[in-house]
Amino acid sequence: MAQSEANGAASAVWRQVVRVWQTVSVPITAVLLAGLIGAIILIISGASPLDAYRALYDGSFGSERAFGRTLARATPLMLNGLAVAFAFKAGLFNIGAQGQLLFGAVVAAYFGFSLDGLPALIHIPLALLAGALAGAAYGAIPGMLKTYTGAHEVITTIMLNFVAINITDYLADGPWKDTSPGNIVARTPRILASAEIPTIGPFPIGFFIAVGAAVFVWWLLYRTTTGYEIRTVGLNPHAAHYAGIRVSWIIILTMIISGFLAGMGGAIETQGVINRFQPGFNTGLGFDGITIALLARTHPIGVIPAALLIGAMEAGASQMQFRAGVPNEIIDVIQALILFFVTADMLIRWLIRTRKAEGEEEITLSTGWGQQ
Amino acid sequence: MEATIATTPNRWAEALRRHRISLSLGATVLVSIAYFYNVDPRATTAVLNAALRHSTPLVLGALCGLMGERAGIINIGIEGQMLLAAFVGFRVTVATGSLMLGLAAAILTGAALGAFLGFMSITLKMDQIIGGTVINILAFGLTGFYYRIGLTIPAKLPTIRLGPLADLDLVGPVLFTNTPIIYVTLLLVAIFHYILFFTRWGLRTRAVGEHPSAADTVGINVHAMRYSNVIIGGALAGLAGAFLSLEAVGTFDRAMTNGRGFVALAVMIFGKWTPVGAWGAALLFGLATALQTQIQFSGAVDIPHQFIGLLPYVLTIVVLAGFVGRARPPAAIGKPYDTE
Repeated sequence: MAQSEANGAASAVWRQVVRVWQTVSVPITAVLLAGLIGAIILIISGASPLDAYRALYDGSFGSERAFGRTLARATPLMLNGLAVAFAFKAGLFNIGAQGQLLFGAVVAAYFGFSLDGLPALIHIPLALLAGALAGAAYGAIPGMLKTYTGAHEVITTIMLNFVAINITDYLADGPWKDTSPGNIVARTPRILASAEIPTIGPFPIGFFIAVGAAVFVWWLLYRTTTGYEIRTVGLNPHAAHYAGIRVSWIIILTMIISGFLAGMGGAIETQGVINRFQPGFNTGLGFDGITIALLARTHPIGVIPAALLIGAMEAGASQMQFRAGVPNEIIDVIQALILFFVTADMLIRWLIRTRKAEGEEEITLSTGWGQQ
Repeated sequence: MEATIATTPNRWAEALRRHRISLSLGATVLVSIAYFYNVDPRATTAVLNAALRHSTPLVLGALCGLMGERAGIINIGIEGQMLLAAFVGFRVTVATGSLMLGLAAAILTGAALGAFLGFMSITLKMDQIIGGTVINILAFGLTGFYYRIGLTIPAKLPTIRLGPLADLDLVGPVLFTNTPIIYVTLLLVAIFHYILFFTRWGLRTRAVGEHPSAADTVGINVHAMRYSNVIIGGALAGLAGAFLSLEAVGTFDRAMTNGRGFVALAVMIFGKWTPVGAWGAALLFGLATALQTQIQFSGAVDIPHQFIGLLPYVLTIVVLAGFVGRARPPAAIGKPYDTE
């Protein structure tokens, strides 16, 4: 690169371009490869991949309304992805985002339908906060069980997911049931208009809250002492202990914040999209959170594009099913392939001959599995 | 490292002390069974039989998980392995009319996914949690994409009565009147316990899972050991899938594993990475599930069904938090091994 030696500024720009390319080339290639394999599967089963992908695109980005739907889908995904990614940073595998989300959703619904006469400016944040705190409280349980009894968070969060399904189901079918005439299904009443999170044009405000949360989590993790302690515990709890970090407290705090984020995802879903709580409407979101956290390589800012990608695919899926007659689940196949190719980056880097960006963080999740 | 107790003179006292929790739990369960059998023999028999049935896929899933983890490979894709195996087994049975071919196809599917997990975590050195997640989503997507409504198989795997043993009171209907995979599972628990702790293969597996570089130094092929173990584990998960679609339910439904792969993971940790421990944990979970169903159907207690439904999950948490405590996984778990 002779000309870059001649011109320092140009070379700095060039280096930056190369660096960005090195970072984004793998995910982009991964998406393309996954789409290609998805197309092959579609051709084999006699569908037209062009029609299918066209419909998928129209359903997620084709119009303002479609784009709004993508953002709305991406919102709880982003918050759940953040919840899982955040816990990973402390070496904790929070499979329980699903349960924390359910509690956030049902409590936000309760605050949404039961408090009459509040102005929206108070009612919206109040219900949102109540939902987030419910998630935080539910997230604290596995954190405390881990620190005080040593019960592994993977087991307790799995079990607590099932517990959450049962309890929220009971609430929606019992004390908080919608008793309006004609209703026979288990669901809460519709929340009051003053608790509904509005949209700006087609764009849901909840989405911007989620983006704000991602930035906040990034700041917390990388710009504060607490964040430093959380990451230290995640890297090596023994070293953290000898360095004087209160490991038990950090573990509980991490689970509380993780649950808070997941609960907020549920609350926004209730207040911005569904407008009530209905069992079965939010299932699967928590597990998508795991996918998104992994796609983002547990980086809080990376969660934003990862959630947008998955959100867009889910927003467009019904359009695709309707217009191209392709079962929804091809989306899941493609998501799995994207996750595979993004992670198997040595395959892709060999394929497109690009190197890793300098200083790119290596992710280590599995070490969090067994440490105490 | 576990202390060797074989040479100490009071090995029975030592064994009693070491296993006091499982022993007292077992004793409590036995006494309760005797009591309830006295009160209502039919319901007791039904509950115990159901407990064994519920525990079967969990035991198999847990064996799958622990074969991998003992060799240093975390497998959180058990759910996906079971699901895809259940699907393929079912579809092959539909296509060929042969349950045996379906069973074989399910086991092979599980093994193939095990090999895929090995490829991702051993050859590509991908993060193992991601590898398992890829399998879970892929299985969910593929089975949903190819799902067809209204397919049926000619029959389920039949119940086999083990001759005169089946006529015994209580143990006859509970233990000796079952479907084939339930019997096989009971055998597999013993077999894998033996393999893991009393054979060269088992010793090598554990060495590879605890200290791969030491194992490598003495000439054990770390990668080959790990590959074989995740493939064997996959076959076990495949058998669990076959149990669900070909034996228990007799059809395939979307997401029919319903979290059993994850519960199996819990059962594996609960059983402290041992086959017999996992079996006990799965039985406890199965018993709670069976009790829960029995209470709901009998209508004996007047509380909302959702709270009764909590029983197995809350029980697991309470037992885990109260009695079992910290569990120590194999040391080299989750880390790819580089030969130097």
